Amino acid sequence: MKIAIASGKGGTGKTTVATCLAQVLAETGLRVRYLDCDVEEPNGHLFLHPEIYESKPVTVPVPEVDREKCVGCGLCAKICQYAAIACVKKKVVTFPELCHGCGGCARVCPAGAIREVGRGIGVAETGRSCKIDFAQGCLRVGEAMSPSLIRQVRDIPTGAELDIIDAPPGTSCPAITAIRGADFVLLVTEPTPFGLNDLALALDMVRELDIPRAVVVNRHEDENLSARKFCSERHVQIAAEIPDDRRVAEAYSQGLLPVIALPEYRPYFLDLWANVNKLATGTPGKEPA
Amino acid sequence: MKIAVTSEGSTLEAAVDPRFGRCKYFIVVDTDTGAFEAVDNVQNLNAAQGAGIQSAETVVNQGAEAVLTGHCGPKAFRTLSTGEVKIYVGVEGTVREAVEAFKAGKLQASENADVEGHW
Ligand code: SF4
Ligand code: SF4
Repeated sequence: MKIAIASGKGGTGKTTVATCLAQVLAETGLRVRYLDCDVEEPNGHLFLHPEIYESKPVTVPVPEVDREKCVGCGLCAKICQYAAIACVKKKVVTFPELCHGCGGCARVCPAGAIREVGRGIGVAETGRSCKIDFAQGCLRVGEAMSPSLIRQVRDIPTGAELDIIDAPPGTSCPAITAIRGADFVLLVTEPTPFGLNDLALALDMVRELDIPRAVVVNRHEDENLSARKFCSERHVQIAAEIPDDRRVAEAYSQGLLPVIALPEYRPYFLDLWANVNKLATGTPGKEPA
Repeated sequence: MKIAVTSEGSTLEAAVDPRFGRCKYFIVVDTDTGAFEAVDNVQNLNAAQGAGIQSAETVVNQGAEAVLTGHCGPKAFRTLSTGEVKIYVGVEGTVREAVEAFKAGKLQASENADVEGHW
């Protein structure tokens, strides 16, 4: 089973939820892998302290034009959806940083002038943290092609029974790439008006992808009424409600997993997991289609 | 010779658009005859990426040998240079004033892009 932990915006505690869940479930004897697909800012390692066994460069194929063979027909520029290759005065200019590696230009070139070369965009790393299998992608600073890297991290083969995917925040391509193929998505939110607004956008995205989902409300105060009302209106279940607690933030700032520093938090994550299983198998409370 | 001026409107009295890739129009002027044509650039106004590159292709395809604009990013600059188009940045005022300044030799061609991307 693969579950993705996502959020409409950054800073909701997505990584805390993902790493704590991984830790608690690994302790129950489940073989768990944590995948950090938040490749622009992977920070799960700060809490899991993994030992990295392997670090592989990840590349995207970009065109290299042989000027001797090129006849200047401009077909490559015409097919490219990303303006990554231009043809002016029968001369070709390439912009590898814009290229998505679709291979279209090489396919249409009548002169066989284009060959593909790899351009490095980051690394995919695998390792282990105590009982948890670990994988993460680290994107090069300033690099825009994060979906290619996310896909490669997401698809690293595994022997784990459960994959916990820490998805990038937001609702654009990187988030969608990380979530696609998951069996279940947990959307982490804060119960503030801004938080719920971003949650609404994230819910739309997951609904579009047609993946079973539930909400984790993080850092709620008192009765958590606003988030409950929101979720009941949007017909989505709340899988966990984690109270606001300064000690959690303190543990976090010291690079400690809250469930290790504060064992009383373990039941929240065991319950969360029980709820996910219930919802994923479509028993009580599945939202109407 | 033909020159292209980035413009906020379709006439010679319109203001020079400071953006190259996302300008509203190119006014392509024949400096010998004074004839001009407004080329709509809306499709690039909303392009997600590569607006500068595609605008540069438009300019080259119009047969212009020089571009007068406010700012030009590195990708557009490379494309224009490959297309043997000279680039003049920091141009202000109306299109007509810009063309006059160019004809009077008051403008100086740039050697490099003057901004980082997204223009
Ligand atoms: S591989 Fe695809 S995206 Fe890259 S330059 Fe060629 S056509 Fe454009
Ligand atoms: S399609 Fe091939 S031959 Fe035509 S311009 Fe592009 S590289 Fe040159």
